[in-house]
Amino acid sequence: MQHEHRFGFATRAIHAGTPPDPATGSRAAPIYQTAAYVFGSTEQAAELFALRSYGYIYSRISNPTVAAFEERMASLEGGLGAIAFSSGLAAQLCTILSLAQAGDHLVCAQNVYGGTVTQLSVTVKRMGIDTTFISAENPDAARAAIGAKTKFLFVETIGNPSGIVADLRAFAAIAHEAGIPLVVDNTFATPYLCRPIELGADIVLHSATKFINGHGTAIGGVLIESGKFPWGNGRFPLLDTPSPGYHGKVFTETFGEYAFLMRARAEVSRDVGAAMSPMDAWLMLLGLETLELRMDRHVRNARAVVDFLRNRPEVAWVREPQMGSVFTFGLVGGREAGRRFIDALELWSHLANIGDAKSLVIHPASTTHSQLSDEELRLAGVEPESIRLSVGLEEIDDLLWDLDNGLRAAVVSP
Amino acid sequence: MILSTPAQIRDLLARVRTIAMVGASSNALRPSYTVFSYLRTQTPYDVAPINPTLTEIDGIEAYPTLAAYAKQRGAPDVVDVFRKPSEVVGVVNDAIAAGARAIWFQYGVINDEAIALADRAGFDVVVDRCMKVEHARFCGGLSTSGLNSGLITSRRPLV
Repeated sequence: MQHEHRFGFATRAIHAGTPPDPATGSRAAPIYQTAAYVFGSTEQAAELFALRSYGYIYSRISNPTVAAFEERMASLEGGLGAIAFSSGLAAQLCTILSLAQAGDHLVCAQNVYGGTVTQLSVTVKRMGIDTTFISAENPDAARAAIGAKTKFLFVETIGNPSGIVADLRAFAAIAHEAGIPLVVDNTFATPYLCRPIELGADIVLHSATKFINGHGTAIGGVLIESGKFPWGNGRFPLLDTPSPGYHGKVFTETFGEYAFLMRARAEVSRDVGAAMSPMDAWLMLLGLETLELRMDRHVRNARAVVDFLRNRPEVAWVREPQMGSVFTFGLVGGREAGRRFIDALELWSHLANIGDAKSLVIHPASTTHSQLSDEELRLAGVEPESIRLSVGLEEIDDLLWDLDNGLRAAVVSP
Repeated sequence: MILSTPAQIRDLLARVRTIAMVGASSNALRPSYTVFSYLRTQTPYDVAPINPTLTEIDGIEAYPTLAAYAKQRGAPDVVDVFRKPSEVVGVVNDAIAAGARAIWFQYGVINDEAIALADRAGFDVVVDRCMKVEHARFCGGLSTSGLNSGLITSRRPLV
């Protein structure tokens, strides 16, 4: 019996998807900045369009630099393959459109990113796909919400910004019992801190804009699929009946375990047109090379910031992160004190993003989650006074110095 | 032997040259046509359809049985099977009689009796895998579609 060497996480974060360029030997991944690819012959072109051979046609569908990023993400999450998109919300929308159509239903944790709640409860609802929101802390509520038309169960590994860590094993068991996949947004954890597929998830989504890019230089999203879900179980006619979008091809029959990935790319991503650009994929590849180093320091710095805030009289509460480096806290003096705190900061950047090397601060109730009602905010785990921190990689003494100035300003009435 | 590791499958694909495809179809929507066309146009393999209802596919002569193939062409290096699982014990017997040494059961072609029979006959056996996908894994095809090839290397590939 042969034993294959298994490469570790840090090695795969640097090498997976990027062997030396076959054309030039270039060791760094080349940026294939091209819209289209010359066919070798009319026969080869026909084979490519009919999905009978592998290769590149048009960069809306696939591109060598983007494919390198996709393969690296698939490797890090332990998936069969991946598809990159122009944003995390685009990855999410294409996942929905790959599995559901008008009349279908989804079940989603209610403590997810505000933009996800809006996408599902407004835009996707208008397309005839309804969503039931359930508590991320109560997997049994998901069981009750799943019906005959439900196509998947969706949770975030770490809720944004509530910090609630979902019991992925329990949610996976409930989804599989009902014959549907568990879809997990793993943005806040990254595959370094948590690999949902190992815990039973079937599809993993990321806003790659965050820790994967790591430097706040590009918007992107990615979906990774495990290849283990039985798409031919009768609940997914989009995958196991003849597809009018691909001249009657039955994807489960032709592509076996690759059915979901092939259809999501060749039909759904093709038709939605939200592809990642080669330049952005290159920035993501570069970011991934240091993911492990960065996450270790993000977590270490976050721990020090939590300890600092806990010991300050100006701080009313800290929702300590169980995992990762993004968390919320509230000030004595509530929302007004929070406003003075943010305005007094010098080093922390006040902006709507997380996972940057730079430390970031925001007031979710008036920004990222501002489309939510008071009730939705409460269910999402966002208090009106919550301040969200994304702890970066700077010198911890400088971060604490700045927070100290902010806290002093917060308690001084103008 | 039942081949289960990527290295074992890579070695099999590297040493075979002739492929007899039992159940190859000329219908472009069928998975067997997809694999046949890929092997014919994208690889150096010598692939032939085994199907009593056809005389040729895309100009490649079809044989009614594995025995007919063997009589004219000699033993195939590998028999690639696209048939209902209930019918493949007979295919294994035909493959043994034809002098083949390896048999490949495509996605969903799973029959424990047929697998055991081929294994006992000393065949290299691949089960529930696609020859097109496995070839593409080692030749860069999967990587073009963002699929996880599992390959990590800093050696320049042979062009």
